[in-house]
Amino acid sequence: MVVFDKPNSLCDVPMHYCPGCTHGIVHRLVAEVIDELQIEGKTIGIAPVGCSVMAYDYFNCDMIEAAHGRAPAVATGVKRANPDNIVFTYQGDGDLASIGMAETVHSAARNENITIIFINNAIYGMTGGQMAPTSLPGQVTQTSPYGRDVNACGYPIKVCEMLSQLDGPEYLERVAVNNVKNVKNAKKAIKKAFENQVNKKGFSLVEVISSCPTNWGLTPSDALKWIDEKMIPYYPLGVYKDRSAK
Amino acid sequence: MANKVLMKGNEAIAEAAIIAGCRHYFGYPITPQTEIAAYMSKKMPKIGGTFLQAESEVAAINMVYGVASTGLRVMTSSSSPGISLKGEGLSYLAGADLPALVVNVQRGGPGLGGIQPSQSDYFQATKGGAHGDFHMLVIAPASVQEMAELTVKGFELADKYRMTTMILADGTLGQMMEPVSLDFDVKPMPEKPWAATGTKMQRKHNIINSLYLKPEELERTNFERFERYKTIEENEVMYEEYLMEDAEVCVTAFGIASRVAKNAIDEARKQGVKVGLIRPITLWPFPTKVFEKYADKVKGFISVELSMGQMIEDVRLAVNGKAPVTLCNRSGGMIPSPEQVLESILKVNNGGNK
Repeated sequence: MVVFDKPNSLCDVPMHYCPGCTHGIVHRLVAEVIDELQIEGKTIGIAPVGCSVMAYDYFNCDMIEAAHGRAPAVATGVKRANPDNIVFTYQGDGDLASIGMAETVHSAARNENITIIFINNAIYGMTGGQMAPTSLPGQVTQTSPYGRDVNACGYPIKVCEMLSQLDGPEYLERVAVNNVKNVKNAKKAIKKAFENQVNKKGFSLVEVISSCPTNWGLTPSDALKWIDEKMIPYYPLGVYKDRSAK
Repeated sequence: MANKVLMKGNEAIAEAAIIAGCRHYFGYPITPQTEIAAYMSKKMPKIGGTFLQAESEVAAINMVYGVASTGLRVMTSSSSPGISLKGEGLSYLAGADLPALVVNVQRGGPGLGGIQPSQSDYFQATKGGAHGDFHMLVIAPASVQEMAELTVKGFELADKYRMTTMILADGTLGQMMEPVSLDFDVKPMPEKPWAATGTKMQRKHNIINSLYLKPEELERTNFERFERYKTIEENEVMYEEYLMEDAEVCVTAFGIASRVAKNAIDEARKQGVKVGLIRPITLWPFPTKVFEKYADKVKGFISVELSMGQMIEDVRLAVNGKAPVTLCNRSGGMIPSPEQVLESILKVNNGGNK
């Protein structure tokens, strides 16, 4: 009897992610949801620029690689072309909250019927650990070697809180994947974000607080603790907007 | 010709795009191409299409990238500063071999420049337009009729070769009104088995991508793309010859500059000067061979441009030193007058530039 298997929506290939990185968990959650909703054959994923740039090799559905930050614009085009397709983007914090902020805000304002999975690990991973728009005050990175100085670099951007001020979006939730309980909640949120699209409810974004042990300079287990101790106090988990719950 | 209607050049492009089967338009307001967006915003909702005013030119071209990934006909339009912003998307479209139509109704530059007509984006359009090894098909209409015809042709070529076609117009062509016939035979769209439309669980997943981390692979894709470009250079060059049979002076100009040049040529002919015109219609691929053909036969070439002299470099490459090539130009939104062109013609005819 098979008790644990690879979701069909994930390709059977080795992933390039670092040991202890939580991208793999989130990939799996997204794939499980696509399987459970039986939408793989009509789903189109948009990969970002960043650590998950090669997500197009990992998801079994049709995939499009977007320019840095432009995934919501590309998703808008795909969804407008074929509204029956299920379209999701998978983006990191530099991609979504820095270079792609305009595309993020405006796709939310338009209530595009798309699903965004937003990985917030407070750092640029792919390029080797630079300060991100979500890096915490005082956080040491390659480009904030003395710690993020908010007087010089400004404050981190809280994406869910910010987008929740817009009338457009349907659903915004922040989750984490640093322990079993949080992973289960994350799965529920991701499922809801896809179901909303299936039910034509509109723009749904799930912010996933994730770890980057390599660039945080921590062991994988200490990185998961750092999420509890540092990230979640600054980025509280929870539902920031859910129009249909009202 | 069937019934003609009076239209602005910009409107002719928009209507021709709809006739060509384009149902998705993304744009951002900028003068002097606004009529295209206005026309689309009126028409698209009535025919089940998409008109979307994007948050930026960058977003608009990436929406184009999204629709193009699904295999449907899609376009955007802008004017010079906006085209610079679209550069990122143009490079990605090329890298992912996606067909799309982009219209540049040029205005004077650099920078914010002005809003009067110009041809100073010739370099940008014909030499790639953004980072990386690639070309766009660049087509230069010279009348409202051609604005329409070449838009339809532009979509067909984009699909045939899986690349971006740029319609390189200018503010004059965009704004002026002429009678136009919209009676086109549109070729059926080719099959697009590469498109991202969902696997329907019946095939391996399609990936639209321009990332190749292995240099051997990236080189291979570039070699393959340039093989395709060679086919285009052999088969798709378009130009017009005007009074060239006995010409001793050759004027060359594209777009609105060619209209001015024709006036000057007609006047020069009245004065007994044997002068003709080569009007490139495709700027990439450039009609090199027709210049080679006349290089030994004429006293000189005159490139008439609404720029500081950009096409002249391709003319010189084609003529390859066999005859002098001079520039007759205005810049910054100014248009050369027929008198200015006539003066250049007489000067070359009298050997004044030797």
